[in-house]
Amino acid sequence: MGFFLEVVLGGLMAGVLYSLVALGFVLIFKASGVFNFAQGAMVLFAALTLVRLMEILKETFSPFLIALLLTIAVMIALAWVIERLVLRPLVNQPGISLFMATLGISYVLDGFGQAVWGSDVYALDVGIPKRPIVLFESMVPGGVLVPSEDLAAALIAGLLVLGLGVFFQRTRIGRALRAVADDHQAAQSVGIPLNTIWVIVWTVAGLVALVAGIVWGSKLGVQFSLGLVALKALPVLILGGFESIVGAVVGGLIIGVGEKVSEVYLGPAVGGGIENWFAYVLALLFLLVRPEGLFGERHIDRV
Amino acid sequence: MSTAPSQRHIGDVLLKLDGISLAFGGVKALDDVSFEVRSHEIRAIIGPNGAGKSSLLNVINGVYHPSQGAVTYKGTTYRQMRPHEAARRGIARTFQNIALFKGMTVLDNIMTGRTLKMHAGFLFQCLYFGKARSEELAHRRKVEHIIDFLQIEHIRKTPVGRLAYGLQKRVELARALAAEPELLLLDEPMAGMNLEEKEDMCRFILDANDEFGTTIVLIEHDMGVVMDLSDRVVVLDYGRKIGDGSPDEVRRNQAVIDAYLGVRH
Repeated sequence: MGFFLEVVLGGLMAGVLYSLVALGFVLIFKASGVFNFAQGAMVLFAALTLVRLMEILKETFSPFLIALLLTIAVMIALAWVIERLVLRPLVNQPGISLFMATLGISYVLDGFGQAVWGSDVYALDVGIPKRPIVLFESMVPGGVLVPSEDLAAALIAGLLVLGLGVFFQRTRIGRALRAVADDHQAAQSVGIPLNTIWVIVWTVAGLVALVAGIVWGSKLGVQFSLGLVALKALPVLILGGFESIVGAVVGGLIIGVGEKVSEVYLGPAVGGGIENWFAYVLALLFLLVRPEGLFGERHIDRV
Repeated sequence: MSTAPSQRHIGDVLLKLDGISLAFGGVKALDDVSFEVRSHEIRAIIGPNGAGKSSLLNVINGVYHPSQGAVTYKGTTYRQMRPHEAARRGIARTFQNIALFKGMTVLDNIMTGRTLKMHAGFLFQCLYFGKARSEELAHRRKVEHIIDFLQIEHIRKTPVGRLAYGLQKRVELARALAAEPELLLLDEPMAGMNLEEKEDMCRFILDANDEFGTTIVLIEHDMGVVMDLSDRVVVLDYGRKIGDGSPDEVRRNQAVIDAYLGVRH
Protein backbone atom coordinates (compact mmCIF):
# COMPACT_ATOMS: atom_id res chain seq x y z
CA MET A 1 0.00 0.00 0.00
CA GLY A 2 2.74 2.41 0.94
CA PHE A 3 4.56 1.61 -2.26
CA PHE A 4 1.47 2.12 -4.38
CA LEU A 5 0.88 5.52 -2.76
CA GLU A 6 4.50 6.41 -3.44
CA VAL A 7 4.07 5.54 -7.10
CA VAL A 8 0.86 7.56 -7.35
CA LEU A 9 2.39 10.54 -5.58
CA GLY A 10 5.45 10.33 -7.78
CA GLY A 11 3.13 10.34 -10.77
CA LEU A 12 1.21 13.33 -9.47
CA MET A 13 4.44 15.27 -9.04
CA ALA A 14 5.59 14.43 -12.54
CA GLY A 15 2.14 15.43 -13.71
CA VAL A 16 2.47 18.83 -12.08
CA LEU A 17 5.57 19.43 -14.16
CA TYR A 18 3.75 18.49 -17.36
CA SER A 19 0.94 20.81 -16.36
CA LEU A 20 3.35 23.69 -15.95
CA VAL A 21 4.47 23.39 -19.55
CA ALA A 22 0.96 22.75 -20.83
CA LEU A 23 -0.24 25.93 -19.13
CA GLY A 24 1.90 28.06 -21.39
CA PHE A 25 0.28 26.48 -24.43
CA VAL A 26 -3.22 26.96 -23.04
CA LEU A 27 -2.62 30.65 -22.39
CA ILE A 28 -1.67 31.45 -25.93
CA PHE A 29 -4.31 29.17 -27.38
CA LYS A 30 -7.00 30.78 -25.25
CA ALA A 31 -6.02 34.23 -26.26
CA SER A 32 -5.24 33.81 -29.91
CA GLY A 33 -6.46 30.40 -31.00
CA VAL A 34 -2.91 29.55 -31.98
CA PHE A 35 -1.03 26.46 -30.95
CA ASN A 36 2.30 27.94 -29.94
CA PHE A 37 4.91 25.46 -31.03
CA ALA A 38 7.63 27.67 -29.53
CA GLN A 39 6.54 27.13 -25.93
CA GLY A 40 9.18 24.45 -25.39
CA ALA A 41 11.87 26.68 -26.85
CA MET A 42 10.68 29.46 -24.57
CA VAL A 43 11.08 27.18 -21.54
CA LEU A 44 14.64 26.39 -22.59
CA PHE A 45 15.44 30.00 -23.42
CA ALA A 46 14.09 31.30 -20.10
CA ALA A 47 15.96 28.70 -18.08
CA LEU A 48 19.19 29.26 -20.02
CA THR A 49 18.97 33.01 -19.54
CA LEU A 50 18.36 32.61 -15.83
CA VAL A 51 21.10 30.09 -15.18
CA ARG A 52 23.73 31.99 -17.14
CA LEU A 53 22.79 35.33 -15.60
CA MET A 54 23.09 33.77 -12.16
CA GLU A 55 26.58 32.68 -13.08
CA ILE A 56 27.53 36.17 -14.24
CA LEU A 57 25.99 37.75 -11.17
CA LYS A 58 27.33 35.29 -8.61
CA GLU A 59 29.38 37.95 -6.87
CA THR A 60 26.30 40.00 -6.00
CA PHE A 61 24.31 39.67 -2.79
CA SER A 62 21.51 37.66 -4.33
CA PRO A 63 22.32 36.25 -7.74
CA PHE A 64 18.99 34.43 -8.00
CA LEU A 65 16.75 37.42 -7.33
CA ILE A 66 18.62 39.79 -9.62
CA ALA A 67 18.90 37.22 -12.37
CA LEU A 68 15.21 36.42 -11.99
CA LEU A 69 14.22 40.06 -12.43
CA LEU A 70 16.50 40.41 -15.43
CA THR A 71 15.12 37.24 -16.98
CA ILE A 72 11.58 38.52 -16.52
CA ALA A 73 12.63 41.68 -18.33
CA VAL A 74 14.12 39.57 -21.12
CA MET A 75 10.91 37.57 -21.47
CA ILE A 76 8.86 40.76 -21.70
CA ALA A 77 11.21 42.09 -24.35
CA LEU A 78 10.95 38.79 -26.20
CA ALA A 79 7.14 39.00 -26.22
CA TRP A 80 7.36 42.51 -27.60
CA VAL A 81 9.78 41.52 -30.33
CA ILE A 82 7.64 38.53 -31.33
CA GLU A 83 4.57 40.74 -31.55
CA ARG A 84 6.40 43.33 -33.65
CA LEU A 85 8.19 41.04 -36.06
CA VAL A 86 5.93 38.02 -36.33
CA LEU A 87 2.38 38.56 -35.13
CA ARG A 88 1.64 42.09 -36.29
CA PRO A 89 2.09 41.30 -39.99
CA LEU A 90 -0.20 38.29 -39.53
CA VAL A 91 -3.31 39.98 -38.09
CA ASN A 92 -6.51 38.46 -39.48
CA GLN A 93 -4.58 35.64 -41.13
CA PRO A 94 -5.75 32.06 -40.67
CA GLY A 95 -4.58 30.25 -37.53
CA ILE A 96 -2.44 27.84 -39.52
CA SER A 97 -0.19 30.69 -40.73
CA LEU A 98 0.35 31.79 -37.17
CA PHE A 99 1.07 28.21 -36.15
CA MET A 100 3.72 27.90 -38.86
CA ALA A 101 5.20 31.18 -37.66
CA THR A 102 5.54 29.78 -34.14
CA LEU A 103 7.43 26.81 -35.62
CA GLY A 104 9.88 29.33 -37.00
CA ILE A 105 10.08 31.16 -33.68
CA SER A 106 10.93 27.91 -31.92
CA TYR A 107 13.92 27.23 -34.20
CA VAL A 108 15.19 30.79 -34.01
CA LEU A 109 14.84 30.85 -30.25
CA ASP A 110 16.58 27.50 -29.81
CA GLY A 111 19.51 28.58 -31.92
CA PHE A 112 19.68 32.11 -30.60
CA GLY A 113 19.53 31.02 -26.96
CA GLN A 114 22.33 28.52 -27.35
CA ALA A 115 24.43 30.88 -29.46
CA VAL A 116 24.24 33.55 -26.79
CA TRP A 117 24.31 31.43 -23.64
CA GLY A 118 26.15 28.30 -24.71
CA SER A 119 24.94 24.76 -25.21
CA ASP A 120 26.40 22.88 -22.23
CA VAL A 121 24.41 21.34 -19.43
CA TYR A 122 24.12 23.82 -16.61
CA ALA A 123 23.10 22.95 -13.08
CA LEU A 124 20.41 25.24 -11.73
CA ASP A 125 20.19 25.63 -7.98
CA VAL A 126 17.67 28.17 -6.83
CA GLY A 127 17.54 26.91 -3.28
CA ILE A 128 14.64 24.48 -3.57
CA PRO A 129 15.28 21.86 -0.84
CA LYS A 130 16.15 18.43 -2.26
CA ARG A 131 15.78 16.31 0.88
CA PRO A 132 12.94 13.78 0.71
CA ILE A 133 10.20 13.98 3.29
CA VAL A 134 8.27 11.09 4.77
CA LEU A 135 4.50 11.53 4.87
CA PHE A 136 1.59 9.56 6.35
CA GLU A 137 3.87 7.63 8.69
CA SER A 138 1.02 6.95 11.12
CA MET A 139 -1.28 5.56 8.45
CA VAL A 140 1.03 3.50 6.28
CA PRO A 141 3.82 1.33 7.62
CA GLY A 142 7.12 2.96 6.69
CA GLY A 143 5.36 6.12 5.47
CA VAL A 144 5.42 7.54 1.96
CA LEU A 145 8.61 9.02 0.63
CA VAL A 146 8.19 12.28 -1.29
CA PRO A 147 11.04 14.39 -2.68
CA SER A 148 10.56 17.87 -1.24
CA GLU A 149 11.56 19.54 -4.51
CA ASP A 150 8.54 17.92 -6.12
CA LEU A 151 6.35 19.26 -3.34
CA ALA A 152 7.77 22.71 -3.93
CA ALA A 153 7.04 22.36 -7.63
CA ALA A 154 3.47 21.37 -6.88
CA LEU A 155 3.08 24.36 -4.62
CA ILE A 156 4.45 26.74 -7.23
CA ALA A 157 2.22 25.26 -9.92
CA GLY A 158 -0.79 25.57 -7.66
CA LEU A 159 -0.13 29.23 -6.99
CA LEU A 160 0.45 29.89 -10.67
CA VAL A 161 -2.84 28.27 -11.67
CA LEU A 162 -4.71 30.17 -9.01
CA GLY A 163 -3.17 33.45 -10.11
CA LEU A 164 -3.86 32.85 -13.78
CA GLY A 165 -7.43 31.76 -13.07
CA VAL A 166 -8.16 34.96 -11.18
CA PHE A 167 -6.40 37.02 -13.84
CA PHE A 168 -8.49 35.53 -16.64
CA GLN A 169 -11.84 35.61 -14.86
CA ARG A 170 -11.71 38.84 -12.92
CA THR A 171 -9.77 41.43 -14.80
CA ARG A 172 -10.65 43.50 -17.80
CA ILE A 173 -7.49 42.26 -19.48
CA GLY A 174 -8.59 38.67 -18.91
CA ARG A 175 -11.93 39.37 -20.49
CA ALA A 176 -10.20 41.14 -23.34
CA LEU A 177 -7.95 38.12 -23.89
CA ARG A 178 -10.90 35.81 -24.19
CA ALA A 179 -12.55 38.28 -26.53
CA VAL A 180 -9.52 38.46 -28.82
CA ALA A 181 -9.41 34.68 -29.03
CA ASP A 182 -13.01 34.59 -30.18
CA ASP A 183 -13.06 37.31 -32.81
CA HIS A 184 -10.34 39.78 -33.79
CA GLN A 185 -12.65 42.17 -35.57
CA ALA A 186 -15.26 42.34 -32.86
CA ALA A 187 -12.58 42.75 -30.21
CA GLN A 188 -11.15 45.75 -32.01
CA SER A 189 -14.60 47.26 -32.45
CA VAL A 190 -15.14 47.41 -28.69
CA GLY A 191 -11.79 49.12 -28.30
CA ILE A 192 -9.46 46.28 -27.44
CA PRO A 193 -6.03 46.98 -28.94
CA LEU A 194 -5.02 43.68 -30.51
CA ASN A 195 -1.29 44.37 -30.45
CA THR A 196 -1.11 45.24 -26.77
CA ILE A 197 -3.13 42.17 -25.89
CA TRP A 198 -0.73 39.97 -27.82
CA VAL A 199 2.27 41.40 -26.03
CA ILE A 200 0.55 40.70 -22.73
CA VAL A 201 -0.32 37.09 -23.63
CA TRP A 202 3.15 36.29 -24.86
CA THR A 203 4.63 37.92 -21.78
CA VAL A 204 2.47 35.81 -19.50
CA ALA A 205 3.28 32.70 -21.53
CA GLY A 206 6.96 33.65 -21.27
CA LEU A 207 6.70 33.96 -17.50
CA VAL A 208 4.97 30.60 -17.25
CA ALA A 209 7.77 29.20 -19.40
CA LEU A 210 10.25 30.72 -16.96
CA VAL A 211 8.57 29.05 -14.00
CA ALA A 212 8.49 25.73 -15.85
CA GLY A 213 12.11 26.23 -16.80
CA ILE A 214 13.15 26.84 -13.21
CA VAL A 215 11.32 23.80 -11.90
CA TRP A 216 12.37 21.43 -14.69
CA GLY A 217 15.84 22.93 -14.89
CA SER A 218 16.60 22.39 -11.23
CA LYS A 219 15.45 18.78 -11.63
CA LEU A 220 17.17 17.84 -14.90
CA GLY A 221 19.74 20.53 -15.36
CA VAL A 222 19.36 23.23 -18.00
CA GLN A 223 20.08 21.72 -21.37
CA PHE A 224 18.77 21.38 -24.88
CA SER A 225 16.41 18.52 -24.03
CA LEU A 226 14.46 20.89 -21.80
CA GLY A 227 12.77 22.17 -24.95
CA LEU A 228 11.52 18.67 -25.60
CA VAL A 229 9.31 18.61 -22.51
CA ALA A 230 6.92 20.48 -24.75
CA LEU A 231 6.25 17.20 -26.52
CA LYS A 232 4.81 15.77 -23.33
CA ALA A 233 2.55 18.77 -23.04
CA LEU A 234 0.77 17.86 -26.25
CA PRO A 235 -1.04 14.77 -24.91
CA VAL A 236 -1.78 16.71 -21.73
CA LEU A 237 -3.57 19.32 -23.81
CA ILE A 238 -5.50 16.77 -25.81
CA LEU A 239 -6.66 15.21 -22.57
CA GLY A 240 -7.49 18.41 -20.76
CA GLY A 241 -8.67 20.54 -23.64
CA PHE A 242 -6.75 23.28 -25.35
CA GLU A 243 -8.72 26.15 -23.85
CA SER A 244 -8.84 25.14 -20.23
CA ILE A 245 -6.40 26.08 -17.49
CA VAL A 246 -8.03 23.53 -15.21
CA GLY A 247 -7.79 21.02 -18.03
CA ALA A 248 -4.06 21.51 -18.32
CA VAL A 249 -3.66 20.72 -14.65
CA VAL A 250 -5.99 17.73 -14.52
CA GLY A 251 -4.65 16.40 -17.82
CA GLY A 252 -1.10 16.67 -16.54
CA LEU A 253 -1.93 14.85 -13.34
CA ILE A 254 -3.79 12.05 -15.12
CA ILE A 255 -0.90 11.50 -17.50
CA GLY A 256 1.69 11.72 -14.75
CA VAL A 257 -0.06 9.16 -12.56
CA GLY A 258 -1.09 6.98 -15.49
CA GLU A 259 2.38 6.58 -16.88
CA LYS A 260 4.02 5.91 -13.52
CA VAL A 261 1.44 3.39 -12.38
CA SER A 262 1.39 1.55 -15.69
CA GLU A 263 5.17 1.54 -15.83
CA VAL A 264 5.48 0.00 -12.41
CA TYR A 265 2.62 -2.49 -12.60
CA LEU A 266 2.33 -3.31 -16.30
CA GLY A 267 5.91 -2.59 -17.30
CA PRO A 268 7.42 -5.90 -16.28
CA ALA A 269 4.81 -7.78 -18.33
CA VAL A 270 5.64 -6.01 -21.59
CA GLY A 271 9.32 -5.41 -20.99
CA GLY A 272 9.08 -1.86 -19.69
CA GLY A 273 9.29 1.47 -21.48
CA ILE A 274 5.58 2.19 -21.09
CA GLU A 275 6.38 5.60 -19.66
CA ASN A 276 7.63 6.70 -23.05
CA TRP A 277 4.47 6.06 -25.04
CA PHE A 278 1.70 5.87 -22.48
CA ALA A 279 0.77 9.56 -22.76
CA TYR A 280 0.50 9.45 -26.52
CA VAL A 281 -1.66 6.33 -26.64
CA LEU A 282 -3.96 7.85 -24.03
CA ALA A 283 -4.18 11.02 -26.10
CA LEU A 284 -5.00 8.97 -29.18
CA LEU A 285 -7.85 7.24 -27.38
CA PHE A 286 -9.16 10.59 -26.22
CA LEU A 287 -9.11 11.94 -29.75
CA LEU A 288 -11.33 9.06 -30.78
CA VAL A 289 -13.79 9.41 -27.93
CA ARG A 290 -13.78 12.99 -26.78
CA PRO A 291 -11.81 15.18 -29.17
CA GLU A 292 -12.49 18.43 -27.31
CA GLY A 293 -10.82 17.04 -24.18
CA LEU A 294 -12.16 16.87 -20.66
CA PHE A 295 -12.60 20.57 -20.12
CA GLY A 296 -12.38 21.97 -23.62
CA GLU A 297 -15.13 24.04 -25.14
CA ARG A 298 -17.41 21.99 -27.28
CA HIS A 299 -17.84 24.12 -30.34
CA ILE A 300 -21.42 24.83 -31.11
CA ASP A 301 -22.17 25.58 -34.71
CA ARG A 302 -25.65 26.56 -35.67
CA VAL A 303 -26.23 25.34 -39.16
CA MET B 1 -43.58 53.01 -33.98
CA SER B 2 -42.40 56.35 -35.29
CA THR B 3 -41.58 59.22 -33.00
CA ALA B 4 -41.96 61.90 -35.65
CA PRO B 5 -38.27 62.38 -36.45
CA SER B 6 -38.66 66.01 -37.43
CA GLN B 7 -39.73 66.90 -33.90
CA ARG B 8 -36.49 65.74 -32.30
CA HIS B 9 -33.56 67.95 -31.68
CA ILE B 10 -30.99 67.41 -34.40
CA GLY B 11 -27.63 68.94 -33.54
CA ASP B 12 -24.50 69.97 -35.39
CA VAL B 13 -22.47 67.91 -37.80
CA LEU B 14 -20.89 65.02 -35.90
CA LEU B 15 -19.34 63.09 -38.75
CA LYS B 16 -18.36 64.29 -42.18
CA LEU B 17 -17.04 62.22 -45.04
CA ASP B 18 -15.22 64.11 -47.72
CA GLY B 19 -14.58 62.61 -51.15
CA ILE B 20 -13.95 59.11 -49.85
CA SER B 21 -12.55 56.66 -52.39
CA LEU B 22 -11.57 53.11 -51.67
CA ALA B 23 -10.18 50.54 -54.07
CA PHE B 24 -9.42 46.86 -53.68
CA GLY B 25 -6.90 46.10 -56.39
CA GLY B 26 -8.63 47.28 -59.54
CA VAL B 27 -12.12 47.28 -58.05
CA LYS B 28 -13.42 50.61 -56.90
CA ALA B 29 -15.54 49.94 -53.85
CA LEU B 30 -16.17 53.60 -53.14
CA ASP B 31 -15.81 56.50 -55.51
CA ASP B 32 -15.74 60.06 -54.21
CA VAL B 33 -18.46 59.67 -51.59
CA SER B 34 -19.27 62.66 -49.40
CA PHE B 35 -21.98 63.13 -46.81
CA GLU B 36 -22.44 64.21 -43.24
CA VAL B 37 -24.20 62.96 -40.18
CA ARG B 38 -25.63 65.32 -37.60
CA SER B 39 -25.71 64.44 -33.95
CA HIS B 40 -28.87 62.70 -32.66
CA GLU B 41 -29.74 61.86 -36.22
CA ILE B 42 -30.64 58.44 -37.60
CA ARG B 43 -28.96 58.21 -40.96
CA ALA B 44 -29.58 55.28 -43.26
CA ILE B 45 -27.31 54.04 -46.01
CA ILE B 46 -29.11 52.07 -48.69
CA GLY B 47 -28.22 50.65 -52.06
CA PRO B 48 -28.25 47.43 -54.07
CA ASN B 49 -25.96 44.57 -53.11
CA GLY B 50 -22.31 45.36 -53.61
CA ALA B 51 -22.94 49.11 -53.68
CA GLY B 52 -20.24 49.70 -51.07
CA LYS B 53 -22.40 50.22 -48.00
CA SER B 54 -20.43 48.00 -45.65
CA SER B 55 -17.15 49.36 -47.01
CA LEU B 56 -18.35 52.80 -46.07
CA LEU B 57 -19.06 51.73 -42.49
CA ASN B 58 -15.65 50.07 -42.39
CA VAL B 59 -14.05 53.33 -43.45
CA ILE B 60 -15.85 55.22 -40.69
CA ASN B 61 -14.67 52.90 -37.95
CA GLY B 62 -11.18 52.49 -39.30
CA VAL B 63 -11.19 48.91 -40.58
CA TYR B 64 -10.41 50.22 -44.07
CA HIS B 65 -8.30 53.24 -44.79
CA PRO B 66 -9.59 55.26 -47.73
CA SER B 67 -7.20 55.77 -50.63
CA GLN B 68 -8.55 59.28 -51.01
CA GLY B 69 -10.60 61.65 -48.95
CA ALA B 70 -10.85 62.32 -45.26
CA VAL B 71 -13.19 61.62 -42.41
CA THR B 72 -13.95 64.37 -39.93
CA TYR B 73 -15.34 63.24 -36.62
CA LYS B 74 -16.18 65.68 -33.84
CA GLY B 75 -14.16 68.37 -35.55
CA THR B 76 -10.99 66.32 -35.98
CA THR B 77 -10.00 65.21 -39.45
CA TYR B 78 -8.15 61.99 -39.93
CA ARG B 79 -6.90 59.95 -42.85
CA GLN B 80 -6.11 56.79 -40.93
CA MET B 81 -7.62 55.52 -37.75
CA ARG B 82 -7.47 52.05 -36.30
CA PRO B 83 -10.65 50.33 -35.08
CA HIS B 84 -9.74 50.39 -31.40
CA GLU B 85 -8.97 54.11 -31.68
CA ALA B 86 -12.37 54.66 -33.25
CA ALA B 87 -13.89 52.85 -30.30
CA ARG B 88 -11.96 55.10 -27.94
CA ARG B 89 -13.42 58.16 -29.66
CA GLY B 90 -16.94 56.92 -29.13
CA ILE B 91 -17.76 54.96 -32.27
CA ALA B 92 -19.37 51.56 -31.67
CA ARG B 93 -20.68 49.16 -34.26
CA THR B 94 -22.35 45.90 -35.08
CA PHE B 95 -21.47 43.62 -37.96
CA GLN B 96 -23.38 42.25 -40.91
CA ASN B 97 -22.50 38.66 -40.04
CA ILE B 98 -22.62 38.85 -36.28
CA ALA B 99 -19.23 39.12 -34.60
CA LEU B 100 -19.83 38.08 -31.01
CA PHE B 101 -17.59 36.20 -28.61
CA LYS B 102 -19.37 32.89 -29.01
CA GLY B 103 -17.83 31.07 -26.06
CA MET B 104 -18.74 33.77 -23.57
CA THR B 105 -22.06 34.38 -21.89
CA VAL B 106 -24.37 37.19 -22.94
CA LEU B 107 -23.40 39.09 -19.81
CA ASP B 108 -19.66 38.78 -20.48
CA ASN B 109 -20.12 39.77 -24.10
CA ILE B 110 -21.88 42.94 -23.07
CA MET B 111 -19.26 43.59 -20.38
CA THR B 112 -16.56 43.62 -23.06
CA GLY B 113 -18.36 46.67 -24.41
CA ARG B 114 -17.32 48.43 -21.20
CA THR B 115 -13.62 47.67 -21.74
CA LEU B 116 -12.68 51.26 -22.38
CA LYS B 117 -14.58 52.52 -19.37
CA MET B 118 -12.65 50.44 -16.88
CA HIS B 119 -9.71 52.11 -15.26
CA ALA B 120 -8.82 50.24 -12.10
CA GLY B 121 -5.44 48.51 -12.19
CA PHE B 122 -5.50 44.82 -12.92
CA LEU B 123 -3.93 43.88 -9.61
CA PHE B 124 -6.82 45.49 -7.82
CA GLN B 125 -9.21 43.74 -10.17
CA CYS B 126 -7.58 40.43 -9.31
CA LEU B 127 -8.07 41.11 -5.64
CA TYR B 128 -11.51 42.60 -6.28
CA PHE B 129 -10.62 45.37 -3.94
CA GLY B 130 -11.13 49.11 -3.48
CA LYS B 131 -11.81 51.08 -6.62
CA ALA B 132 -11.89 47.93 -8.76
CA ARG B 133 -14.80 46.61 -6.75
CA SER B 134 -16.93 49.73 -6.88
CA GLU B 135 -16.06 50.16 -10.54
CA GLU B 136 -17.04 46.60 -11.43
CA LEU B 137 -20.32 47.03 -9.60
CA ALA B 138 -21.05 50.30 -11.38
CA HIS B 139 -20.35 48.66 -14.74
CA ARG B 140 -22.56 45.75 -13.84
CA ARG B 141 -25.39 48.11 -13.01
CA LYS B 142 -24.99 49.87 -16.32
CA VAL B 143 -24.91 46.58 -18.19
CA GLU B 144 -27.97 45.33 -16.33
CA HIS B 145 -29.74 48.49 -17.40
CA ILE B 146 -28.95 47.76 -21.03
CA ILE B 147 -29.99 44.13 -20.64
CA ASP B 148 -33.24 45.40 -19.21
CA PHE B 149 -33.61 47.89 -22.00
CA LEU B 150 -33.20 45.26 -24.71
CA GLN B 151 -35.27 42.69 -22.83
CA ILE B 152 -32.71 39.92 -22.74
CA GLU B 153 -32.76 39.16 -19.00
CA HIS B 154 -33.76 35.55 -19.59
CA ILE B 155 -30.57 34.76 -21.52
CA ARG B 156 -28.05 36.66 -19.40
CA LYS B 157 -26.01 33.59 -18.50
CA THR B 158 -26.37 31.70 -21.78
CA PRO B 159 -23.31 31.29 -23.98
CA VAL B 160 -23.96 33.37 -27.06
CA GLY B 161 -23.23 30.52 -29.47
CA ARG B 162 -26.41 28.77 -28.34
CA LEU B 163 -28.76 31.63 -29.08
CA ALA B 164 -31.05 32.02 -32.05
CA TYR B 165 -29.94 34.43 -34.74
CA GLY B 166 -32.34 37.23 -33.87
CA LEU B 167 -31.25 37.22 -30.24
CA GLN B 168 -27.58 37.25 -31.20
CA LYS B 169 -28.23 40.40 -33.21
CA ARG B 170 -29.80 41.90 -30.12
CA VAL B 171 -26.84 40.95 -27.94
CA GLU B 172 -24.52 42.56 -30.44
CA LEU B 173 -26.53 45.76 -30.22
CA ALA B 174 -26.35 45.51 -26.44
CA ARG B 175 -22.57 45.21 -26.54
CA ALA B 176 -22.32 48.26 -28.77
CA LEU B 177 -24.65 50.26 -26.52
CA ALA B 178 -22.68 49.24 -23.43
CA ALA B 179 -19.82 51.39 -24.68
CA GLU B 180 -22.17 54.40 -24.46
CA PRO B 181 -21.15 55.45 -27.94
CA GLU B 182 -21.84 58.82 -29.45
CA LEU B 183 -21.98 57.28 -32.88
CA LEU B 184 -23.43 53.85 -33.45
CA LEU B 185 -22.90 52.03 -36.74
CA LEU B 186 -25.37 49.24 -37.47
CA ASP B 187 -24.67 46.96 -40.41
CA GLU B 188 -27.99 45.38 -41.39
CA PRO B 189 -29.37 45.10 -37.86
CA MET B 190 -32.53 43.42 -39.13
CA ALA B 191 -31.20 41.00 -41.71
CA GLY B 192 -32.75 37.56 -41.43
CA MET B 193 -35.34 38.54 -38.85
CA ASN B 194 -39.03 37.86 -38.86
CA LEU B 195 -41.58 40.64 -38.71
CA GLU B 196 -41.96 40.62 -34.96
CA GLU B 197 -38.19 40.66 -34.37
CA LYS B 198 -37.85 43.51 -36.85
CA GLU B 199 -40.45 45.54 -35.03
CA ASP B 200 -38.67 44.95 -31.74
CA MET B 201 -35.34 45.96 -33.25
CA CYS B 202 -36.86 49.13 -34.74
CA ARG B 203 -38.19 50.06 -31.35
CA PHE B 204 -34.80 49.45 -29.71
CA ILE B 205 -33.02 51.60 -32.25
CA LEU B 206 -35.50 54.44 -31.88
CA ASP B 207 -35.39 54.17 -28.09
CA ALA B 208 -31.60 54.15 -28.03
CA ASN B 209 -31.59 57.22 -30.20
CA ASP B 210 -34.17 58.86 -28.00
CA GLU B 211 -33.10 57.82 -24.53
CA PHE B 212 -29.31 57.82 -24.88
CA GLY B 213 -29.14 60.48 -27.59
CA THR B 214 -27.01 58.17 -29.71
CA THR B 215 -26.38 59.16 -33.30
CA ILE B 216 -27.02 56.20 -35.55
CA VAL B 217 -25.80 55.27 -39.00
CA LEU B 218 -27.47 52.13 -40.27
CA ILE B 219 -27.42 49.97 -43.34
CA GLU B 220 -30.69 48.23 -44.08
CA HIS B 221 -32.38 46.51 -46.98
CA ASP B 222 -35.93 46.61 -45.69
CA MET B 223 -37.25 49.82 -47.25
CA GLY B 224 -40.24 49.99 -44.93
CA VAL B 225 -37.88 50.01 -41.96
CA VAL B 226 -35.58 52.57 -43.52
CA MET B 227 -38.38 54.96 -44.37
CA ASP B 228 -39.87 54.63 -40.89
CA LEU B 229 -36.68 54.99 -38.92
CA SER B 230 -34.38 57.38 -40.61
CA ASP B 231 -34.18 61.13 -40.68
CA ARG B 232 -32.07 61.19 -43.82
CA VAL B 233 -30.99 58.57 -46.30
CA VAL B 234 -27.84 58.18 -48.39
CA VAL B 235 -28.17 56.03 -51.51
CA LEU B 236 -25.14 54.29 -52.97
CA ASP B 237 -24.84 52.47 -56.27
CA TYR B 238 -21.63 50.97 -57.63
CA GLY B 239 -19.64 52.86 -55.00
CA ARG B 240 -21.04 56.28 -55.93
CA LYS B 241 -23.54 58.38 -54.08
CA ILE B 242 -26.65 58.76 -56.19
CA GLY B 243 -29.04 60.21 -53.69
CA ASP B 244 -29.16 61.97 -50.34
CA GLY B 245 -32.04 63.46 -48.43
CA SER B 246 -35.16 62.79 -46.43
CA PRO B 247 -36.91 59.46 -47.02
CA ASP B 248 -39.55 61.19 -49.13
CA GLU B 249 -37.04 63.00 -51.30
CA VAL B 250 -35.08 59.81 -51.86
CA ARG B 251 -38.21 57.89 -52.72
CA ARG B 252 -38.99 60.37 -55.49
CA ASN B 253 -35.40 60.57 -56.79
CA GLN B 254 -35.30 59.26 -60.37
CA ALA B 255 -31.69 57.97 -60.12
CA VAL B 256 -32.62 55.96 -57.06
CA ILE B 257 -35.70 54.49 -58.68
CA ASP B 258 -33.57 53.53 -61.70
CA ALA B 259 -30.93 51.85 -59.54
CA TYR B 260 -33.50 49.81 -57.67
CA LEU B 261 -36.01 49.02 -60.38
CA GLY B 262 -33.80 49.15 -63.43
CA VAL B 263 -34.11 51.55 -66.35
CA ARG B 264 -36.55 50.93 -69.19
CA HIS B 265 -34.65 50.62 -72.44
